[in-house]
Amino acid sequence: MLPFLLKRFGLALVSLLGVLVLVFAMVRLVPGDVVTNLIGLEGNVSPERREELRRLFGLDLPLHVQFGQWFGALLQGDLGTSLRTDRPVLTDLALRFPVTLELTLFALLIALAIALPLGVTAAVNRGKTLDYLASLFALVGIAAPSFWLAILFILLFSLKLGWFPPTGYVLFSEDPLGNLRSLFLPALALGMSLAAATTRIVRSSLLEVLSLDYARTARAKGLPERAVVYRHALRNALIPVVTVVGLQVGNLLGGTVIIEQIFGLPGIGRFALEGINLRDYPVVQGAVLLVAGAFVLVNVLVDVLYALIDPRVRFE
Amino acid sequence: MTQTQAAPAARARLLRTVLRSPSALTGGVLVLLVVLCALFAPLLAPFDPVAYNPADRLQGPSLEHPLGTDIYGRDTFSRVLFGARTSLAVAAISITLALLAGGIAGALAGFFRGNVDVVVMRLSDILLAFPAVLLAIALLAFLGGGFWNLTLAIAVVYSAPFARVARASVLRVREEAYVEASHALGNSPWRILFRHVLPNAASPLIVEVSLRLAFAILAEASLSYLGLGTQPPAPSWGQMIADGRQLLETSPWISIGPGLAITLTVLGFNLLGDGLRDLLDPRLRRQ
Repeated sequence: MLPFLLKRFGLALVSLLGVLVLVFAMVRLVPGDVVTNLIGLEGNVSPERREELRRLFGLDLPLHVQFGQWFGALLQGDLGTSLRTDRPVLTDLALRFPVTLELTLFALLIALAIALPLGVTAAVNRGKTLDYLASLFALVGIAAPSFWLAILFILLFSLKLGWFPPTGYVLFSEDPLGNLRSLFLPALALGMSLAAATTRIVRSSLLEVLSLDYARTARAKGLPERAVVYRHALRNALIPVVTVVGLQVGNLLGGTVIIEQIFGLPGIGRFALEGINLRDYPVVQGAVLLVAGAFVLVNVLVDVLYALIDPRVRFE
Repeated sequence: MTQTQAAPAARARLLRTVLRSPSALTGGVLVLLVVLCALFAPLLAPFDPVAYNPADRLQGPSLEHPLGTDIYGRDTFSRVLFGARTSLAVAAISITLALLAGGIAGALAGFFRGNVDVVVMRLSDILLAFPAVLLAIALLAFLGGGFWNLTLAIAVVYSAPFARVARASVLRVREEAYVEASHALGNSPWRILFRHVLPNAASPLIVEVSLRLAFAILAEASLSYLGLGTQPPAPSWGQMIADGRQLLETSPWISIGPGLAITLTVLGFNLLGDGLRDLLDPRLRRQ
């Protein structure tokens, strides 16, 4: 196990370093440069002031020195300050990350709560109406864009039925039930494509296991089908499900950007979008870095979890 | 001689097999429908998709306007038809670029191994270390929006998966006996790569193209929704949904029509990809 862990973490570190370089390079992709762009928003500025601004951003230094300084600050937890509010970016990220995390986990929970029963039902009723309905759900759930589903949910569950608030966020510490209510529709919209994909995997994986010898043996010794499915097959059928779900959790993180925007949730995604609109580059940089970092971490955790479940993985 | 005879026969066989797979057939028909809508939008659209027509503003669905009209009185159905052009153009160009860049890099990595392999794999690791949509958003945040930047951003994001698939496929094919035979005959590595390896390694890439086109349509819509995509007045599905967001309570049809179009298009490419996978790789065929 130890060599596997070392190798996996080593690769993750390389990826993270690459992420850092890429995020650093992105700001340099801005046509013209950051300063010209900022000035563009604020009207005419004297050449002296422009030079002063360039120095402020360290843009007068050679690239590798700029990177070194940026990286050094990063290691001390300094992600820079917002160009608009002068607040440290890290402070704002720390305030907003819990919202994004809660939304992601809630979406994961909803996706599993839909996919596991639906996938098992489909497999057990293979070829019958229930199976076709589950397949239809899976196909449409993967194809429909989350932000459009979000809008349909708002239309139906908030505006027509009034069950959930259409936008806004309630702090958990103030009103736990209100908090869950304010996050339910966003999480449902975000989790729908994962629910659809997982339903398919649960169904096909369970069908495969049910055709194996030990399932046949269990049937042959007279066990009722329910016991075969739930006591023998399901546990083994869930191994591939863990991989697929694990790979998708990271994408849920990325999907929060657009969902937070629609529902007006104060998470990392909306923070980044505000930064984009205001050309607040340190904010965008910090937010992208945080989410990409979390994404890499999630992928490592999934691999480790998978190695724990299925020891064969460690020796590949 | 054998080749000229074999080609039509093989094509007929392919056609017969495609007709046998219901999902490839359904997907193919859906995709064809969307492509035809995009190509013939000027002929099919009953109204001008961009001209303002204040007298007709915010009308619900009717015989004249099957999907209603928006706040400027523009016919949503006509705009959905023209939106197919934007969506398909961005998806087709970005996936072609991603296939060329990623596919070639991946094929070289798998065929020559060594340093090329290490470099290509580490680069794709870095691109894959971001959630796809987030990477595209970040690139557009700094590059600025617009048709070409949007296309380029999606191409960059999806080049890594193509590199992975091409590499894996080439790695498998290069161990085949006929490749070894070609080596033994003294053929150059490049000739072997192009004559023997690539043609035999192509099927997973064909499947990947179809599935990635679906992703690209979704990515284009998401980015346009966020205002990072093509700029008005050219209609784009994502942007139309965003326009309707403000008027959801009174005129929900503005958002519903384009969303249906996205869903059907993505469904078409997904079904086609799934069907092609079953047909091209019998080992993966579902029970």
